[in-house]
Amino acid sequence: MTSQVTSSFQGTADLPKWVSPAMLLAFFLGSFTLQVMLASSTEQNELNLIPVAVFGLVGYAVALYALSRFVEGRRKATDRLVTILVTAAFSLALIPLLSLAYTVVQNGVARFDAEFFTFSMRNIVGEGGGALHAIIGTLEITGIATLISVPIGIMAAIYLVEYGRGTIARLVTFFVDVMTGVPSIVAGLFAYALFVIFFGPGVRMGLGGAIALSVLMIPVVIRATEEMLKIVPNELREAAYALGVPKWLTVIKVVLPTALAGIATGVMISIARVIGETAPLLIIAGFTASMNYNPFDERMMTLPVFVYTSYANQGVDMQSYVDRAWAGALTLMLIVMVLNLVARLISKYFSPKG
Amino acid sequence: MTATKPKAIRRLGDVIFANLAFFAGVSILATLATVAAFLFVQSIPAFTGPEIAAAEDGFWNYVFPFVFGTVYASIIALIIATPLAIGIALYISHFANRRFAQLLGYAVDLLAAIPSVVYGLWGILVLAPFLNPTFMWLNENLGWIPFFAGQVSATGRTMLTVGIVLAIMVLPIMAALIREVFLQTPRLHEEAALALGATRWEMIKMAVLPFGRTGIISAAMLGLGRSLGETMAVAMVLSPAAVINFAVLTSSNSNTIAANIALQFPEAGGNYSNLLIATGLVLFAITMVVNMIARWIISRRAEFSGAN
Repeated sequence: MTSQVTSSFQGTADLPKWVSPAMLLAFFLGSFTLQVMLASSTEQNELNLIPVAVFGLVGYAVALYALSRFVEGRRKATDRLVTILVTAAFSLALIPLLSLAYTVVQNGVARFDAEFFTFSMRNIVGEGGGALHAIIGTLEITGIATLISVPIGIMAAIYLVEYGRGTIARLVTFFVDVMTGVPSIVAGLFAYALFVIFFGPGVRMGLGGAIALSVLMIPVVIRATEEMLKIVPNELREAAYALGVPKWLTVIKVVLPTALAGIATGVMISIARVIGETAPLLIIAGFTASMNYNPFDERMMTLPVFVYTSYANQGVDMQSYVDRAWAGALTLMLIVMVLNLVARLISKYFSPKG
Repeated sequence: MTATKPKAIRRLGDVIFANLAFFAGVSILATLATVAAFLFVQSIPAFTGPEIAAAEDGFWNYVFPFVFGTVYASIIALIIATPLAIGIALYISHFANRRFAQLLGYAVDLLAAIPSVVYGLWGILVLAPFLNPTFMWLNENLGWIPFFAGQVSATGRTMLTVGIVLAIMVLPIMAALIREVFLQTPRLHEEAALALGATRWEMIKMAVLPFGRTGIISAAMLGLGRSLGETMAVAMVLSPAAVINFAVLTSSNSNTIAANIALQFPEAGGNYSNLLIATGLVLFAITMVVNMIARWIISRRAEFSGAN
């Protein structure tokens, strides 16, 4: 009885919940079979997934809109259409993430072995060899960059939160944000321009890479620390002052420990952000096939540059170079993921509750 | 009976610590100034030294195709990324259920953490071959549009591929920023719209989008700043030529400033490296202007920056 009533009032009823997913499935299956038939009929054996997705989505959107417009009315139909578009936009963004993760793992495992982590590329032509020199270089350069950036970043954040008032503080805040947008290659050129003054043209040095990375890292550390210092309750500071504790000791003994977990998280994330930088290191740290433990002299290989040069300068046995590039990419991705994960764990377990 | 104002005691520790903090803060301004100054000083030999073979027609003729390529690639990236970023932000802020949404937010943030060299590798070995059939199709059926005209590249290493890779790379930061702004929409506005019988889309159109408009604009500017300076993905994916070419599917594309530096600098000797530094200064100037405009728009309203 009710179904007859609702259908007579066109544009007021609701579509049952199962209609939308069912139509989605139907249209994608239809689109897929259509493409398979098309591919087999034209003797193109390769199935192109782009038309499958496009036809499936467009068909689904148009059909659901039409149906909804007929049953539910114009406004709800528009709402459904927008929901489809928004969800499609989101799924579209996840596709590269999944594809990237899949390809890096699939291609990376070929050379993800003990030799890769115990050998350098010295005297290696073709197969074999590893990225130990690059891993050492990455650890040293990123380590030095962290040593430079963290004290400056934390002190600058303390200035902005605890001391900074007036024009200079506003300028610093503004330019910290602008500094996050400095292109990484410009940071590399800056380090080169700086070192040329002391060491002459054509200088290559691991320390220069650390300077370049610091330029990129400091603003990230400042912003993260600043956010954390801001949420330290003012009552804590006032209690310390009331007990006669000087301001600087209050900051060191009360404010910083309270914010420590958050600062640690920020530092980890900033390391994760610069550890994959390639361009500045290509400029100033250069590339080499040999081990170099000394960041103050000569070229120094790093993992991102290793990935790039393995791909760009392929030797006779091309596949082994590409395999090494993928293995390097996998190592790099794992390092970045672990850093991000550790950062999240720190902030989850050590941050003050409340 | 004159009331003496109690004077705060200035301890030595306080003075030292305050000054340390002050210098750390000011060092940010100093760093940016030195970046500009050193690049400028190192650019000078490119103009005063012996003529460079690569730039025999003068510096501006040398750099202009690269400026064009840089801006063109970034605009393509922006055209693709902006609607997607708005969609993602809306999905996470207003469509997905709460628990699920946070997880999805992490997933999108992960995209930002992937090193650009990995994007480059993926772009050239996976994305370019994958897109190539579609490029052929676009060229055959829509070739009358100047952008899709010309001889289609056989490798897929085209301007459009670069634009798509750049779009993927700037999506997370843009989506995160827009999401923050959307989440700041006053709850009462949204509830008022819903109470008047608006559908979800009508509520978004009436309450969320007008509120978030400046956020969207500044996110687009920030994304532009990021993609202008992106180096490795472009250097690896694009097959470059020193031309100005609007067609996005061919194999002769205008290179970008950053990618050109990355490709040429390791081999550059003499004052050729100074010439490249001069192009770097041009890039620095462009990105600074774009970023400052973006930051200026943001700083007028939201407490959000790309670094957190």
